[in-house]
Amino acid sequence: MTAAVVQAPPGAGVLSSLSAVAKRSLLKYRRTPQVLFVSAVQGVAFMLIFRYAFGGAIESGTLSYVDYLVPGVATAGVLFSGGVSAVGIAEDAGQGLYDRLKSLPMAHTAILGGRVLADTVLVAWCLLAATLTAFLIGFRVHTNFFAGLAAFGVVVLFGMAFVWVFVALGLLSAANPQAAQGLGFLVLPLSFASSAYVPVHTMPDWLRAIAEHQPVTVAVNAARTLTQGAPAEALAGGTAGHFTLLAVLWSIGISVVFGGIAVARIRKR
Amino acid sequence: MTPTIEAVGVRKRFGEVTALDGLDIVAEPGQVVALLGPNGAGKTTFVRAVATLLRPDSGALRVAGVDAVADPRRVRRLIGLAGQFAAVEGAMTGRENLDMVARLFGLDRRAARAAADRVLRQLGLEEHGDRLVRTYSGGLRRRLDLGASLVGTPRVLLLDEPTTGLDPRSRIELWSVIRELVEQGTDMLLTTQYLNEADELADLIAIVDRGRVVAAGSPRELKARAGRDVVEVHVHDRESVAAAARVLAPLGVGEPRADAATRLVSIAVDSGSERLLESVRALAEQEVAVEDIALRRPTLDEVFLALTGTSAARPEDEKVTSP
Ligand SMILES: Nc1ncnc2c1ncn2[C@@H]1O[C@H](COP(=O)(O)OP(=O)(O)O)[C@@H](O)[C@H]1O
Ligand SMILES: [Mg+2]
Repeated sequence: MTAAVVQAPPGAGVLSSLSAVAKRSLLKYRRTPQVLFVSAVQGVAFMLIFRYAFGGAIESGTLSYVDYLVPGVATAGVLFSGGVSAVGIAEDAGQGLYDRLKSLPMAHTAILGGRVLADTVLVAWCLLAATLTAFLIGFRVHTNFFAGLAAFGVVVLFGMAFVWVFVALGLLSAANPQAAQGLGFLVLPLSFASSAYVPVHTMPDWLRAIAEHQPVTVAVNAARTLTQGAPAEALAGGTAGHFTLLAVLWSIGISVVFGGIAVARIRKR
Repeated sequence: MTPTIEAVGVRKRFGEVTALDGLDIVAEPGQVVALLGPNGAGKTTFVRAVATLLRPDSGALRVAGVDAVADPRRVRRLIGLAGQFAAVEGAMTGRENLDMVARLFGLDRRAARAAADRVLRQLGLEEHGDRLVRTYSGGLRRRLDLGASLVGTPRVLLLDEPTTGLDPRSRIELWSVIRELVEQGTDMLLTTQYLNEADELADLIAIVDRGRVVAAGSPRELKARAGRDVVEVHVHDRESVAAAARVLAPLGVGEPRADAATRLVSIAVDSGSERLLESVRALAEQEVAVEDIALRRPTLDEVFLALTGTSAARPEDEKVTSP
């Protein structure tokens, strides 16, 4: 052959694919300050609204009202920040980004995996803003520093599971950012029918049966018992260890199911 | 030598719609192949099949000898795709976009950096390389998107309607970029709705209609195949257009084509020179005000019309539609 023989490139493995895709989204967030600002404001606003609008109208056992409310509002907040992912995914699909990526010799699971990593960082950022606000309005961790850190970690993990939910829904809403935006409201009933804002024993029986066992309640109870100790355990009816384990299992389960749906969808050809 | 692309009887259905209906094509190394066809002909579907984004229902499809159905991952190492919409990230610089794609081809940090530099140079984008892509014009974005498809030094470049939506100036700039790539020895499959684009860029034009190739050949062969010469009359004013068409109709084969805006009337004829004289006489008798009259070979547009029964788009006709 006379033409220069060019070696075909080898293709990227899972880790380098993940990091390249995640880097793209992270750069995008960093260079679009509106995104960082809006998600931080959302975290702060939730805290302030629930702290001051609902006042002390909630019966929270021996826990102070603020200490009861903050873990709930923070956990519910990360569900909403997942909505950004659904919109972003639908936008990317509409702009042909996935066609480009799928035509490359990369690990196709990383197309979504990298995105979810980046969005989880965004979730953590939003949660950080909410947590700092919480300390300013009187919230305290009554256990120890490491339990508090564990609570943060559990909520971020739970947030990641919901990022997968939104990624799957965003893909299924077929490249339509408006439809994806609407999906954000799906988390409303899930967060209200939980222990996030009011103890479940104040709910009517039929609702209580659902609310007691659904994943948002489990994650909220984990964050609450990890940060508040015995009074919260008494109120929730279980130990911090129990709720933490359940919350981690729920997070993994949700990620696997919705991640599976999303990855199957993007790999389909 | 092994063809760069070899498709035999490729079929693909989406529910009720048959997008590819037994498409056959062979692209030899060193060739630029254009798939020319109207909207909905199946061009994008075929490109997506070659790019391993979708799996044909039946038929054989090989890229540089590698089976695109059975071994998609190997095919992905051999191709570069620039789809119908520029898939570059606005919040990254041109260089960062190229670098990301290079990393996804499995290049290490240094090789990726070198590949990005090479492509920026190749496409004359050096001075824009460190600017955020969201500040680029539409033409620059397209050029960068083309660059992204070059990062992996592909055996074959797949360009789906590379100039659709560009203003005439950017279109011509992109054509010259594409021509340079061809001179450097890049094989290409491109799709277009524009006859002049296929005419300008391609060695082999495959006219695609309803999911199959209805004619294929070099631009010259295709023009010759449609056969008939055309008598073309440029009339003096708009009012004369209809009159000229009426006068010419009995002299030719089929209906005359009349365009009031350009004041052009044309008709396909057998035995050209005789009919040309008759046309001149008849127009003079009927006192139609003629500026110019000529006999010419058919354009690709007429070939297309003859072969598919529909007219292909021209850039001028394009409506600006947002995706
Ligand atoms: N994903 C899809 N689902 C359903 N129909 C499709 C899909 N992709 C293409 N089609 C249909 O297949 C036909 C060919 O489309 P396409 O390949 O995009 O044509 P072109 O690129 O030549 O305009 C069209 O009728 C189009 O509506
Ligand atoms: Mg198309």
